[in-house]
Amino acid sequence: MNLILEVNHLSKKYRDFTAVNDLSFSVHEGDVYGFLGQNGAGKSTTIRMLLTLISPTSGEIRIFGKNLASHRHDILAQTGAVIERPDLYKYLSAYDNLSVFAKMSGIKVTRKLIMDQLELVGLADRSKDKVKTFSQGMKQRLGIAVALVHNPKLIILDEPTNGLDPQGIADMRNLILKLSRQMGKTVLVSSHLLSEIEVIATRMLIIHKGKKIVEGFVQEMLDPAKTLVQLDTTDNGLALEYLQTTKWGTGASAAGKSIRLNINKNEIPQLVSQLTERGTGIISVQPRHSLEAYFLSLTNNESHVEPFAN
Amino acid sequence: MKTYMMRKLLLVMVGALIAVQLPAQEIESILQKARQKIEKVNDYEASGKMKTNVAFLKIPVANVKVYFKKPNKLKLKSEKGVSFVPKGAVNISIGNILSGEAFTVIDAGTEKLGKDILRVAKLLPTDDNSDVVLSTVYIDPVNNVIRKARTTTRENGTYELEMTYGKYAEFGLPDKLVFSFNTKDYKLPKGITFDFDDGASTPKPKQDAKPKKGRAEISFTKYEINKGISDEVFK
Amino acid sequence: MQIELFKISKRPRTYIAFAAISAIVLIFQFAFKADGQSYMNLLLQNVQDNFDLNRTNAINGYFMCYIILNTLLVQVPILVALIAGDAISGEANMGTLRLLLSKPVSRSQVLMVKFMASFIFTVLLLVWMAVMALFLSMMIFGTDDMLIFRVKGDESQILQITQDDVMWRYFAAFGYAAVALTVIAALALLLSIFAENSIGPIVATVCIVIICTIVSNINVPVIDRNVKPWLFTSYLVGWKGFFYIGTNEEGLPIKGSLENWPAIRNSLYILFLHIAVLMGIAMLVFRKKDILS
Repeated sequence: MNLILEVNHLSKKYRDFTAVNDLSFSVHEGDVYGFLGQNGAGKSTTIRMLLTLISPTSGEIRIFGKNLASHRHDILAQTGAVIERPDLYKYLSAYDNLSVFAKMSGIKVTRKLIMDQLELVGLADRSKDKVKTFSQGMKQRLGIAVALVHNPKLIILDEPTNGLDPQGIADMRNLILKLSRQMGKTVLVSSHLLSEIEVIATRMLIIHKGKKIVEGFVQEMLDPAKTLVQLDTTDNGLALEYLQTTKWGTGASAAGKSIRLNINKNEIPQLVSQLTERGTGIISVQPRHSLEAYFLSLTNNESHVEPFAN
Repeated sequence: MKTYMMRKLLLVMVGALIAVQLPAQEIESILQKARQKIEKVNDYEASGKMKTNVAFLKIPVANVKVYFKKPNKLKLKSEKGVSFVPKGAVNISIGNILSGEAFTVIDAGTEKLGKDILRVAKLLPTDDNSDVVLSTVYIDPVNNVIRKARTTTRENGTYELEMTYGKYAEFGLPDKLVFSFNTKDYKLPKGITFDFDDGASTPKPKQDAKPKKGRAEISFTKYEINKGISDEVFK
Repeated sequence: MQIELFKISKRPRTYIAFAAISAIVLIFQFAFKADGQSYMNLLLQNVQDNFDLNRTNAINGYFMCYIILNTLLVQVPILVALIAGDAISGEANMGTLRLLLSKPVSRSQVLMVKFMASFIFTVLLLVWMAVMALFLSMMIFGTDDMLIFRVKGDESQILQITQDDVMWRYFAAFGYAAVALTVIAALALLLSIFAENSIGPIVATVCIVIICTIVSNINVPVIDRNVKPWLFTSYLVGWKGFFYIGTNEEGLPIKGSLENWPAIRNSLYILFLHIAVLMGIAMLVFRKKDILS
């Protein structure tokens, strides 16, 4: 599968704090990639860097195999986004808003195109109404229409269900699934709600205080049989290198002086055995909490369950 | 012997008297000749160009018409809608100075103007209510025309006329008339305009507001004489 | 560009500016039609003692437009700031800026388009002013020679421009005013980049213009020499220079001439320089700015 998005060692530092710290991840074609983290974790900052709204302090972003900084025009022509709540021109109608943004996306705009898009999001009958008369849900749908009107390959949705009622949330979910499964789009969705990501995403990443905590397939990561473990070996670097070639690779990352690993509890002996065979001494394998429990603890601000000592 | 002396003295006295009387009569007769010329004109309509030379006025040459009707109706009209017509212009006709009023003539000798020697006469109106206080006229005795006149009035201050004659000299009507008058300095009320300071002029040291002199120069191209002019024109 | 003009045309606030101008002009025209004589008397003061002037002809369309422009071009900067100051901050406030800048359009392009749209708005405002203040005044008051009352150094002067020599001066004056007001637009646009609310840049622009105008009118030698030549407000009234007709040695106005073209030309250079510098800074800042709205 093609790599649609690659983020390598991305950082954003402000004067007194670091919003994103050495973040690396990748999104494959057809993925619905969940970007999960509590409020203030760095999700929006990362997304804004993907859309060139914020300039990174360091690191590289590649989209469709091209460097974002040097191919901005080509990349953004094939990217659609809804950033937080979709704010549009209140004094323009739905039709005019969509028309204006479509033209700015560089496509030829016809009445049919605009009406089809409005039809897709269920706003065809409100095409002439000014956006200031719309409900939040309707604005969200129009925002999606704006993001899709130029038929982008990559769609970035930043907290798309914020402010929506349960029906709205369900509609959004169905739309995302449709975009991915029926229309073959690649979707990056950020959220602070695990329950959302859980249902729609194929792969996901958890971010906390600007740093990647864990990345992998949703099914695997949220498998109740799986657990987060802290692994200490005689040579962590070598061990991590090896792990990344195995099936546990996607759930493995360095965490301070240890290795963090998302693994099925039953597979722990197999892991130990494989590492020992390769000459890597195991110092300790300590189970931590499940990913779900860990993430919930982050968002609930409980006596904070830190899975690893850093 | 005594009789001879007495006779001689009488002769000298008579001679002196005559000598005194002669110039007085002479200036009066010169003035009369000039007047006679002017008297020929009952009315005229003159076309000309007026150039105004006043420090604070930068205005173009205006096409003007001067209308005169005996004894003393005078009107200066500019063909332009927007024009500054000197107020004392009502007095720019010599006819106004010489005709219609009785005055005492005093011979004031001669004065040179250019190459010409002119006779000078001071005219004091006998009527105490007259606007004119004093007029000094400089007459060309050869052509019997008035070349210059300085008039002091009660209402309009002092003004001066200087005339040059050409083809209308037989009527005592000048080809060119320069009219000098006093003006007050012009000051625009402060703050009424925000002006563009192009740095071209440097502020001068403050001077007392002295009355300034203005000039209007009218060059006449045509006179239509004694063709009849309605009184409406002078309203 | 079309999109930007379309957006501006759809906002009610745009039309407030045109309505404001219309109102001011009509008030002036009404006042002068009713009693222009008093104003003329004020201007003429002691001149009246020595000269007769036909007031009706003097208060003609050309004269009226000059009087109106005198006042209007002090207030129009506010109207220009109203639109230009909203250009970026208005989008940030509405939340549309982040959507706009995530489109395949460069930031430089976005800023230039905003600037050009503000410029076109300024030009349209001036065209409207010309229609209302000049052409409508000509219809109401007729045309004749134009009188200009000015102060030159310590002297006051009255200039008379023949009516066939007036129109081109108005074209030039409006052209100059367009440049001068574009400086205001550029300033407002620059300030707009720093804010997420339109009120800030609009008020800041107006305050800067007011303060600089006050400084431009202070008569202190140090400021005269070192500060005034670089303040754009010193040149905002430069359009009047087109009406300062040149005169010959006899004091007669020379048709088609300007008393001090080099001064006007230099003013234009300074104004263009201001535009270039302000837009240059705006460009630099805008390209680097993190969009957090």
